[in-house]
Amino acid sequence: MGGFNYDLIRDTAKTLYIRALKLLPDDVKDALAKAHDAETHPGAKKILATMLQNIAVAEEKDILVCQDTGIPIYKVLIGAAVQVDGSMIESAVRDGCRDATLEYSLRSSICDPLTRKMTRDSTGIRVPVVDFSFLPNADYLEIRMIPKGSGSENMTWLKMLLPADGLKGVKRFVLECILEAGGQGCPPTIVGVGIGGSAELCLKLAKEAIVRPVGTPHADAAIAAVEAELLQAINRSGIGPMGLGGDTTALAVHIETAHTHMTMNPVAVNSQCWRGERASAKIFPDGSVKFGF
Amino acid sequence: MAFHSLVPPLNEADVRKLRIGDGVSISGIVYGIRDATQIRIFDHGVEPPVDLAGSVCLHTAPNVKKVGVRYEPSCVGTTTSTRMDRFTPGLLEQYGVRAIIGKGGLLENSVHAMQRFGGCYLAIVGGAAALETTQIEAIEKVYWEDLMPECIWKFRVKDLGPLTVAIDSHGGNLYAQVKTEARKNIQRVLDELENKS
Repeated sequence: MGGFNYDLIRDTAKTLYIRALKLLPDDVKDALAKAHDAETHPGAKKILATMLQNIAVAEEKDILVCQDTGIPIYKVLIGAAVQVDGSMIESAVRDGCRDATLEYSLRSSICDPLTRKMTRDSTGIRVPVVDFSFLPNADYLEIRMIPKGSGSENMTWLKMLLPADGLKGVKRFVLECILEAGGQGCPPTIVGVGIGGSAELCLKLAKEAIVRPVGTPHADAAIAAVEAELLQAINRSGIGPMGLGGDTTALAVHIETAHTHMTMNPVAVNSQCWRGERASAKIFPDGSVKFGF
Repeated sequence: MAFHSLVPPLNEADVRKLRIGDGVSISGIVYGIRDATQIRIFDHGVEPPVDLAGSVCLHTAPNVKKVGVRYEPSCVGTTTSTRMDRFTPGLLEQYGVRAIIGKGGLLENSVHAMQRFGGCYLAIVGGAAALETTQIEAIEKVYWEDLMPECIWKFRVKDLGPLTVAIDSHGGNLYAQVKTEARKNIQRVLDELENKS
């Protein structure tokens, strides 16, 4: 099993939670700085400047960027050459998530959905959310983490459109969602759009889309063109940072697709607030860990 | 657009001076409240253990550390206000709250209540919690600890902001203005889309 042991995975899962709450990815910071420079609305420019100032304060004083510790979501990617007990990974990730909460006095935001009773350690029934996937030609284990803030997660939509609604219907739906969200969900957001799949896959696609680094268009040129078109349309809305008006309503639109049934045309929208929080780590066979975003 | 430095408790005249788009910063006492706090007050009919007349309330549930018997702020930020919209008229009418600090805005009923009772909504930059934390001088008291972290938090703040008057006591609602404009802009985009194909 080499380096892929319970303690190391648990420790990595803990560190990932803390890193995601304290350090923003460079691509997100760059996008915010560019948006600030380009913004023509004075109030919006001030809000974007405050966001940039906040990132600097968080780094300098070692404070969480945002108070919302989110709903913890992990994705574990297992390299083809990695021999590991998958059920052990899940419990190690869960324990690491709890460790982060208790050791760093994070606000646990997780509660029972019926009684609303708080669990106090960021874990609960099927929380943290842990998804598994695989990496061909890899000898390492990759863990990705997002502490998904509720402000933006509450701005989520799924619509089973009709085939006759076409791509035009998809674009219309995305723009209607943005309008409905307005200032909720802390714009400027990273807008994730899932097109196709089954209902739950469509939502998963939208979630995958929000963690793609900003400034990385989809590899398929036709899809990248739709991303650019939607981004421009969203920013023409004038909703602006925090919904108080301005040129910057979204930092990016990312689309992920899957094939679907001939009678279906599902579209999902899931957005990420301006802090664009995410963290990742690769665990190698020798036990070394490389952190990134 | 004017700038106002306010020190609670506020009276009606203080609030009536504010107009949407004005800048505000607050020093002094601010009460933190959230969903569970207001569910207890309004749905379960429990009187708040503190006098909120003239107060400024912040929509928050902070990250704190307990040091001895006191709580210290480790990260205090602001949550989306729209979830708590239905409690706002009651806060103003029954308890005399004068200002709500939040993000994302409030809906029509709250806008009317602010006009009627002399209240305002001050928009903070959501997600900018690190900065907000540096503006909290102390947590002076915590009520209803069993609701942790959605207790009533008595914060002492210094120059809390930047805040923008987003809903004023004259019926002004910056969110509604922006949204009306956004609806027209999006419709224009949709019309173009329709004509393209």
